Amino acid sequence: MAALVVLLLALACTGGLYAVFAPASKAQADETAQSLAIDEGKKLFSVGCASCHGTGGQGTSDGPSLVGVGSAAVDFQVGTGRMPAQQPGAQVPKKKVIYTQAEIDQLAAYVSSLGAGPSVPTKAEYGPDGADIAKGGELFRTNCAQCHNFVGKGGALTHGKFAPDLSGVAPKHIYEAMQTGPQNMPSFPDTTMTQQNKKDIIAYLNAVNGDNTESPGGLELGGLGPVSEGLFAWIFGLGALIAVAVWVAARTAKAKKS
Amino acid sequence: MSSQDIPEENLPAEHSAGHNEHGAVTVADDKNPFADPGLPPHEHRVQDIDERAAKRSERVVAMLFTVSMLATVGFIASYVAIPHDKSIFVFPIGHINALNFALGLTLGLALFAIGAGAVHWARTLMSDEEIADERHPIEAPPEVKAKVMADFKQGAKESALGRRKLIRNTMFGALALFPLSGVMLLRDLGPLPGTKLRHTLWSKGKLLVNVNTNEPLRASDVAVGSLTFAKPEGLEETDENFQTEIAKAALMIVRLQPENIKDKQELDWSYQGIVAYSKICTHVGCPISLYEQQTHHVLCPCHQSTFDLSDGARVIFGPAGHALPQLRIGVNDQGYLEALGDFEEPVGPAFWERG
Amino acid sequence: MSNNESTEARRGKAPAGERVADWADGRLGIYGLAKSNMRKIFPDHWSFMLGEVCLYSFIIIILTGVYLTLFFHPSMNEVEYHGSYIPLQGQMMSEAFNSTLHISFDVRGGLLIRQIHHWAALIFLAGMFVHMMRVFFTGAFRKPREVNWLFGFLLLVLGMFTGFTGYSLPDDLLSGTGVRFMEGAILSVPVVGTYLSMFLFGGEFPGGDFVARFYSIHILLLPGIMLGLLVGHLILVFYHKHTQFAGPGKTNNNVVGMPLLPVYMAKAGGFFFLVFGVIAAIAAIASINPIWAMGPYRPDQVSTGAQPDWYMGFSEGLIRTMPGWEINLWGHTLVLGVFIPLVIFPLVLVAIAVYPFVESWVTGDKREHHILDRPRNAPTRTGFGAAWISWYFVLMIGGGNDLWATHFHLSINAITWFVRIGFFVVPVLVFIATKRICLGLQRRDKDKVLHGRESGIIKRLPHGEFIEVHEPLSQDALHTLTAHEQYQPAEIGPTVDENGVERKVKGSERLRAKLSEAYYGEESQIPKPTVEEYREITSGHGHH
Repeated sequence: MAALVVLLLALACTGGLYAVFAPASKAQADETAQSLAIDEGKKLFSVGCASCHGTGGQGTSDGPSLVGVGSAAVDFQVGTGRMPAQQPGAQVPKKKVIYTQAEIDQLAAYVSSLGAGPSVPTKAEYGPDGADIAKGGELFRTNCAQCHNFVGKGGALTHGKFAPDLSGVAPKHIYEAMQTGPQNMPSFPDTTMTQQNKKDIIAYLNAVNGDNTESPGGLELGGLGPVSEGLFAWIFGLGALIAVAVWVAARTAKAKKS
Repeated sequence: MSSQDIPEENLPAEHSAGHNEHGAVTVADDKNPFADPGLPPHEHRVQDIDERAAKRSERVVAMLFTVSMLATVGFIASYVAIPHDKSIFVFPIGHINALNFALGLTLGLALFAIGAGAVHWARTLMSDEEIADERHPIEAPPEVKAKVMADFKQGAKESALGRRKLIRNTMFGALALFPLSGVMLLRDLGPLPGTKLRHTLWSKGKLLVNVNTNEPLRASDVAVGSLTFAKPEGLEETDENFQTEIAKAALMIVRLQPENIKDKQELDWSYQGIVAYSKICTHVGCPISLYEQQTHHVLCPCHQSTFDLSDGARVIFGPAGHALPQLRIGVNDQGYLEALGDFEEPVGPAFWERG
Repeated sequence: MSNNESTEARRGKAPAGERVADWADGRLGIYGLAKSNMRKIFPDHWSFMLGEVCLYSFIIIILTGVYLTLFFHPSMNEVEYHGSYIPLQGQMMSEAFNSTLHISFDVRGGLLIRQIHHWAALIFLAGMFVHMMRVFFTGAFRKPREVNWLFGFLLLVLGMFTGFTGYSLPDDLLSGTGVRFMEGAILSVPVVGTYLSMFLFGGEFPGGDFVARFYSIHILLLPGIMLGLLVGHLILVFYHKHTQFAGPGKTNNNVVGMPLLPVYMAKAGGFFFLVFGVIAAIAAIASINPIWAMGPYRPDQVSTGAQPDWYMGFSEGLIRTMPGWEINLWGHTLVLGVFIPLVIFPLVLVAIAVYPFVESWVTGDKREHHILDRPRNAPTRTGFGAAWISWYFVLMIGGGNDLWATHFHLSINAITWFVRIGFFVVPVLVFIATKRICLGLQRRDKDKVLHGRESGIIKRLPHGEFIEVHEPLSQDALHTLTAHEQYQPAEIGPTVDENGVERKVKGSERLRAKLSEAYYGEESQIPKPTVEEYREITSGHGHH
């Protein structure tokens, strides 16, 4: 197992280094931009991804097949830094992104060439225009809150897995996650959750868990509900009152005897 | 508590209780170095001997009361001047409601300053001489007890309750029976359970309606690895009994590869790998739906019961006592998913009559 | 006292205040009451003010609660929301939820009052818990205060249920989930469970009745009973007079402190405003129960992290960690996985409530106790109390297992197993450890009495040896450290009476002797220094 970890790490690093130092590609006149992107993506893939997902993306015992996962899955997994994975574990967490967006697009182009799948959404699909926040809230509570908590602060799953905190996640990535169902998250395809539904959910999340979301009552205390409220009541509420009680009951300093 | 008393010698001796007057210091004698020396002599505070210090204390107290008055004025001003929906950014709290913040702080200050003033007054200006107050035993002296017992016996005798058994027994009977009327009156709090907990709105031919879109689901809509929630056809959010019906009828739909389904009945009751399970946990009824699509496990967010949807939704962890009920489904002529009947067992938490 | 002199000295009418008092005395006899109470003595110690924290937060809860009833609609009729909170526009919700949103967003100061109400409730319960522990660890529950201990215990239990019913009233997604859990627990009761559930909810869950029913329980029934108990509790505190710690001049027959008028009037009265001020400030800066973020209740929706308020946390731990046992026999189901926790839930509380009676049975002590024990001087009691607290907190950890899992990167299954094992093991370990610590502290006290206080000054003797100078304690300190009583283990006594007839020893008697040995045997207390020991050491060679 340790050897595998080292190998994965080494591969991930080389992939990253390669990505950083790779010469920028120049479009050849006789090639379309698309096929160039696929070629470049393939190169990136064979260095950074093939060790787990197989040279043709057909999957190995270390990583699932990528045939038919679509460009949306690549954009999500690589764009949030989950891929390339660092080490095996209960769940692959979000990390620093090591590919540029251009490289991610090339990888996505290559992977989507392996088999049709959901494609990266456009800004019009996940943008706030025409979204119904209240409907999004209802959809969020039905489909998402059971794992991600009522305002998307995340929650626990079995055996160390978890539904991540959605604060600060780009709308595009939320959209892609719903479309593709990364890791243990189920997918919510357009056939059962329409594009409009997804737009509504994203708008709702932005309203209740965005950078400028108002918490009318004051400190949000993590948005976790009664556990953090109880801790706060004990530590700061009762703590402050006991401090006050110590002052009330303490003896006043006596005059110094001279 | 106990009727058995411990022999006296097992009890510790009463410690030497000297009723020392305040300030009367008894010097440690040779007999008992641990004897109670009595209350220490009273020492003066600065405020007791220095009028300037006392004046300072007075000014502090008066200042605190004045702060309170100003804070109350501030409260009223905030109430009048700040719009109720105004948002402000306060570091490090974040974006909060300005009115709540202003009202809370001014009210808090107004109250706290009154309290602080009163306590400071008590601590620095009122006498701090400790006073000893005698205690008296709670128990009544024997002669009082004797008098009470005698009075009671007299009264009991005069009532003749012990002698006239008929009166006594019928009275107890009457007093014991009359609360039954009160119990009877509780009967209409609710209906009898009957078989209510055994039935849901599902029945043969009812379409599975997607709660997201409010449209019937087609088998082709449901992809492997996806999660969808359904309600029975005809149940609308605006219906009067919506809450009560959805509490039993809520459905969770996932699609597995048919070869991954280990349980034979589950496979029989599915349609091309699409399985429909009750969304209501069999533990205490939380809507269970934390579906892990790779492991096919579904976890309850309330008490962590875990069910394996690829194996008849049997319980693999946590406090639930039995598997989630499965709804038998098929497709109709137009390709829409439909129920092939109601659940065959009661959904939700177990109960005595469940069997 | 100076009444007669002053009235005689003044000519004409008495001042207005006095005339009002005279009027009242002629009808209510207030002078008689005031005679013994106006200069009543209260000892000063911060831990004696914990009860006041509870009293004042209870008053704050009532004041703010009355305000909230002016705007709250305890109805489950479904309405469409059209208030000022945008993310819920047009949603269907009960009138209860709708009116709570109205209080929070459209009544000026409504949110503040709601938050004060809820924060004060959490602090009220926390205060009662700590107050009860103070009374427990200092032995203040001993005769004559056992009844008041029970009053206090009932207040805690009723406070929990008042809190729970209040938490359920807004009919939001979180509280609805809590009520659903309660319904599931009721259904698990053998034989009558389904009937109880139907009667409580007016039919099937959730129905349309429970908010209105919980409302009258929350604002009338339970607080009414609590108010009665509270008054009784306070009357008894006055009647018994307060306990005090041992110290110079403080005996079992007196109470040393400051008089009610004026010092305690100002301190206790001022403390009310301090408590209210602190809670109001907390309500200004920290959000509590943001029901708008949770959304209206729907039985088919849920949020992860569904927890009750902290005081119900231990019951949540019980239910989360219990294995799912279910027995089906003769067409009936015994839902042990839910019913056992439901039975243990009150037993956890009863375990601490009956302790005073167990202790008084073991000691057989029938005297009044007004001097408090230092916890170290009652190692078995302190060990039991600490074990109980650890038990309670292990269950609380179980109740929040999902949050510990995400915040400490642990497996939820591992935490559940920890709680399952810890439920049995942790209290035992804590009991043993606490008792050891108490005995260690007793030994240290004994050393201090016999050898004095370590002064930190190192002295070199003429022959080169280094010693630390120990300062003898003052008589105040000597008295304080030796004032506690030590029981001797009870013995069964002769089993043969004076006529040689064998007496039957009852099982309960044997048990009591065993317990007494466990409480006060050689293993369980360090004999306090005697005068002889002290004299032997201090006479002549001083320290060594």
